Amino acid sequence: MADHTTTAGHGAPHGSHGDEGDSRRDFLVLSTLTVGAVGAGLAAWPFIDTMNPSKDVLALASTEVDLSPISEGQSITVIWRGKPVFIRKRTPGEIAEAKKSLGGDKDPQADDKRTKKPEWLVVVGICTHLGCIPLGQRTGDPKGDYNGWFCPCHGSMYDTSGRIRVGPAPRNLDVPPYEFTGDTAIRIG
Amino acid sequence: MSSEFKNPVIRWIDHRLPVFTMMEHSAVTYPTPKNLNYWWNFGSLAGIVLVVMILSGIFLAMNYTPHTSLAFDSVERIMRDVNYGWLLRYLHMNGASMFFVVVYIHIFRGMYYGSYKDPRELLWIIGVLIFLTMMATAFVGYTLPWGQMSFWGATVITNLFSVVPIVGDYIVQWLWGGFSVDNPTLNRFFALHYLLPFVIFALVALHLVALHQHKSNNPTGVEIKGDRDTIPFHPYYTVKDAFGLGVFLLIYLGFTFFAPNFFGEPDNYVAANPLVTPAHIVPEWYFLPFYAMLRSVPDNFIDAWGILPIIISAKAAGVCIMFGSIILLMFLPWLDTSKVRSANFRPVYKWAFWLFLFNYILLGYIGGQPPEGAMLTIGRVSTFWYFFHLLVVVPFLGKYERTLPLPESISAAVMAKESK
Ligand code: HEM
Ligand code: FES
Repeated sequence: MADHTTTAGHGAPHGSHGDEGDSRRDFLVLSTLTVGAVGAGLAAWPFIDTMNPSKDVLALASTEVDLSPISEGQSITVIWRGKPVFIRKRTPGEIAEAKKSLGGDKDPQADDKRTKKPEWLVVVGICTHLGCIPLGQRTGDPKGDYNGWFCPCHGSMYDTSGRIRVGPAPRNLDVPPYEFTGDTAIRIG
Repeated sequence: MSSEFKNPVIRWIDHRLPVFTMMEHSAVTYPTPKNLNYWWNFGSLAGIVLVVMILSGIFLAMNYTPHTSLAFDSVERIMRDVNYGWLLRYLHMNGASMFFVVVYIHIFRGMYYGSYKDPRELLWIIGVLIFLTMMATAFVGYTLPWGQMSFWGATVITNLFSVVPIVGDYIVQWLWGGFSVDNPTLNRFFALHYLLPFVIFALVALHLVALHQHKSNNPTGVEIKGDRDTIPFHPYYTVKDAFGLGVFLLIYLGFTFFAPNFFGEPDNYVAANPLVTPAHIVPEWYFLPFYAMLRSVPDNFIDAWGILPIIISAKAAGVCIMFGSIILLMFLPWLDTSKVRSANFRPVYKWAFWLFLFNYILLGYIGGQPPEGAMLTIGRVSTFWYFFHLLVVVPFLGKYERTLPLPESISAAVMAKESK
């Protein structure tokens, strides 16, 4: 557009004057466009932001769990932010197994970085690959080669610390933020 | 032009709003190559299926409730209590499958006859955009009945976006409107599922504008050179399309009435349960080739020799390959440099084409199998071949293939065939 007016300007009798007018006009056009674009961007944000988690969704962000009914070797699943959280009271064998190594090569991490008390493992029960729920919570479920969890979707296997060992998942099972509110009670979130 | 209409009302309207002239130009007098075969039926079929989908969908929407606690039951209510609700739903469900059958044939027709070449590049690209929008529509639509496959399909596919560097997890949360696929997700998917078919409709309109600019390609791939090469669309192709429609409806309604769940997954008749993943998550059949590509990538594939500064995870690479496979189709007009359009005159490309088609179907089969052992290996080879065909075979043949002599014109080709 600027090119177009410049050529027209040159064709006109008052040439140099036209050039000056053009650069002033270019400036006005550019600044109008810029302000317009910024304004459109600002106006678009509320629309985009309505799609983000709303206040009521955020308000349900923490969950309290009583751990006393869980016996050794047992797992329960609780819901936190609409996601399953696996809580397992590990056997001494499972703890020893978890402490033996840093897990696989993909996401090595010491077991005590992933737990607050060695017998309690608390992890988000969502496969870090594409979000399926790994099996291994119920007796009789396949637990994979590392005695932790097995994801049926694309075959990821997690160990007794919830660390990724085999399969396409890139990361260990996430440890949610939680704290012990008593000897056998936690608050997640 | 407007004076051609005999009816005075039509003439009056057309003088002010030339819709009748437009219709006359595009569906009556429209000069069409006289040698089109039945593979040219699938464009108009796709248009008709789109209309069927929009109509059945709107009536379904009158009885559907987009809420996690009601959606599944509202679909069951449509099936059991709403008058002819079962018919609407089965038409819509099987219509989606038929839509993809028809469009797949339409796309491969274009690949065989080189319909994407100059000057029809934009026509082709708009087509690929329609295909992409169709996939988005079908994906969000499949979430609506809120069965197990709806829920887990939505979870797996939205999670693909987490591979975007840095902001990936925020994008996924934004798509969900929460921390998992939940009510906000279902609500927005319904809104999008209502919107996208109309976006497709607009794209189809552009597709037709581009088509009518340079007219249809034809089995010889030789451009129209004069009036002797064409016949008016009406009555010749209106009749042929109507016949094709009849055959198509026999198949479509055959499934709808006699095997309505043939394409479906039994798991989707189980209400969504966020705590239990079904043993095998499989997408609808039309997504399977892409699903196979997604899962075929070995760990750290991009950095096979361990020398790159960044390591792209198998997940990210799989996602790139899957989306890349579709984006690449848009570049086909420039990857294929052969001046000859139709594979009928390209003895080597013809075989490459059939191999590509076979490979694509094979990918679809692999996509439905658990990714283990031989299936995984075949899936990898097939994925490789998909890209090798488009990126190496097609440009290579464009340069070195010895093509057969082309007929003088469409009518010359037709005459030669007659005299045989
Ligand atoms: C491009 C065209 C369309 C395609 C490919 C498409 C695809 C689909 C698919 C695959 C389903 C899931 C069917 C099932 O398994 O139950 C579905 C459901 C649904 N669609 Fe569409 N659709 C299209 C257009 C529309 C339109 C225009 C509407 C109107 C608002 C609509 C409304 C619905 C409703 C309410 C459902 C849920 C009820 C059900 O599951 O049967 N669709 N759609
Ligand atoms: S989602 Fe678990 S392995 Fe893919």
